[in-house]
Amino acid sequence: MSRVTKFAARDPGPAARVAGFIAHLRDNGLRLGVAEAELAMAALSHVHSLDPDESRRALRAVCTGCKEEAERFDDLFNSYWMDMGRVRQKVVPSPSANMADNVHSSRDAKGQDAGSAGSATAPDGEGGEADAGGTGKLIATLQSTKARKDLRDLVRPEEIAEAEEIARRIGAALRDSRSRRRIAARRGDRLHFRKTIRASLASGGEPLRLLRKKRPDRSRRITALCDVSGSMTVYSRVFLAFLAGLMRADTSADAYLFHTRLVRITEALRDKDALRAIGRMSLMADGFGGGSKIGPSLMRFAETYARRFVDGRSVVLILSDGYDTEAPELCAAALAKLRKRGCKIIWLNPLKGWTDYAPVAAGMAAALPHLDAFKPANTLADLAALERELAAL
Amino acid sequence: MTWTDLKSALAGRGYVASDDLAVALQLALSLGRPLLLEGAAGTGKTEIARCLAAVQDTRLIRLQCYEGLDAAQAIYEWNYQRQLLTIRAAAEDGETGKQVEARIFSRDFLLERPLLAAITQDTAPVLLIDEVDRADEEFEAYLLEILSDYQVSIPELGTIHATTKPTVILTSNGTRDLSDALRRRCLYTYVNYPDRATELAILKARCPGVEARLANQIIGFVQKLREEDLEKTPGVAEMLDFAAALMGLGIADLTEDPATLQSTLTTLLKTQSDQAQITPEVAGRIAGRAA
Repeated sequence: MSRVTKFAARDPGPAARVAGFIAHLRDNGLRLGVAEAELAMAALSHVHSLDPDESRRALRAVCTGCKEEAERFDDLFNSYWMDMGRVRQKVVPSPSANMADNVHSSRDAKGQDAGSAGSATAPDGEGGEADAGGTGKLIATLQSTKARKDLRDLVRPEEIAEAEEIARRIGAALRDSRSRRRIAARRGDRLHFRKTIRASLASGGEPLRLLRKKRPDRSRRITALCDVSGSMTVYSRVFLAFLAGLMRADTSADAYLFHTRLVRITEALRDKDALRAIGRMSLMADGFGGGSKIGPSLMRFAETYARRFVDGRSVVLILSDGYDTEAPELCAAALAKLRKRGCKIIWLNPLKGWTDYAPVAAGMAAALPHLDAFKPANTLADLAALERELAAL
Repeated sequence: MTWTDLKSALAGRGYVASDDLAVALQLALSLGRPLLLEGAAGTGKTEIARCLAAVQDTRLIRLQCYEGLDAAQAIYEWNYQRQLLTIRAAAEDGETGKQVEARIFSRDFLLERPLLAAITQDTAPVLLIDEVDRADEEFEAYLLEILSDYQVSIPELGTIHATTKPTVILTSNGTRDLSDALRRRCLYTYVNYPDRATELAILKARCPGVEARLANQIIGFVQKLREEDLEKTPGVAEMLDFAAALMGLGIADLTEDPATLQSTLTTLLKTQSDQAQITPEVAGRIAGRAA
């Protein structure tokens, strides 16, 4: 039996199907334009496009642009082309439906689509990770209390604007630092005499090329990891607004959520529409308000993303209360590993604001020796007050 | 040439490509697009360019990127010394300023760097832009002009158009995120560590002398070692070094002599903590499971 999708007889032909596929990828967050659709057609004409595997490989080379996309591509390809011989009614989804898909949770989208003629089998919004929680229902519902919570209930647009302002100030405080020494630079503000004279030897002592030097930026990159487990629910509002603000204020910042898993939300939060960004984030934060595995999440971060995005000029902000269900040693080991990359680690703990707080939670106690700063934070005002202290780091 | 032909041609040169890579490479050739390869170090990203050049029987032009790489080192530079000597000589001969100027800003005084060299060859070469993520973001902007239009603008000379379109292969280790504009212009393939069968084929292609049983053990050992929690996971190149070391020492069975096995691990483990982690007992256990 063939697994290949059958197409309705009235649909306009292969070109439209490929265009439909590109639209399908676009709906799922891959950034593809008209040029890519054209290239995909050209690519298919260079391989045996009747062989699904070959087409899959060709389209993967054309349509993906990074490792994450390449990993998700198989599922997206299957859901469009390998639909168990089912008839696909409409190859190009209508634009109005797209908009709705972007702003609703994937669960809604599924329910709504189930009976209609549209893309009945389109995978839910964010593919990979969100999928894992959504389809593994039997296991997931047993474990997590409120599997999916709409984060938009928690965050209001005004707050994002306010948080954005604070995040911008904190970001600026952390980022704007310059080296004291000057280095050679093409567009420096001063002449680099030593180099100019050395270079003039080649031209018989005539300084033909004037070399310059400048004080280079030693800008810091901010990476924020936010705990959204059950014990943090009351503070999530502040922190999520802060994350959203941070991402909008600083284009090089990087953000993650963790509860029992770690999810990268950088791409989602870059959405121009602030509320839609939160909507996309809630699709990813499957398991929001559940248990917390700080140690394993940090370890996963240290082993995967940190290798790419964290270096000696990074500041890692951890927003968590330190209540970990796993062994505290793991948390300490993860932080030690992270520390080895040369970054600064700042832990913002909402509980520290309490009068009699002592870091007795095992996870927190184990983490303390590895931190550069351990600060209280549970309202936006508290975060704003951190600006001065963070700048001193 | 279909991708299966390309794959077997590469195999003839000792490069065992996965199907994904072969299709992407064939598309890059037939569509005339640059191919961006990402993946961990030691998975054969650079090697594929070398083998492709050999298969096509053309030159390989390599540009190794590093922080601070600029146009003078990547595209072109005027030969200042020669220009200066010419000016001095011209002054003695009594040439006019205009003549001298026209002469010293001609192609003869231009030092071609890899990118310019790649588009001015008679036969289309393979251009390898290695570790493009190490170069600065400004450098990507130069690349964009060359990769999309295959031309170089030199203010004193005008625009130099490509005589032939090179096959461009870019590699990246992911130390920095590349710009979307660059990714858009390239075909993309993520090169993973090879699976067992592929790696065995690589070993057989590169070290024909290795016995079947030892080859199986080596691949099993390296594949198991990759599952361990290491700081630097050994790549294919390290595996080949390991095999060469074992053959050089005349070892026929990995489980036979733990001490020698441990000493050859220097070819696979490249950091102090990794070496500390894989103790002789651990190595013995992995070798036992791999056998």
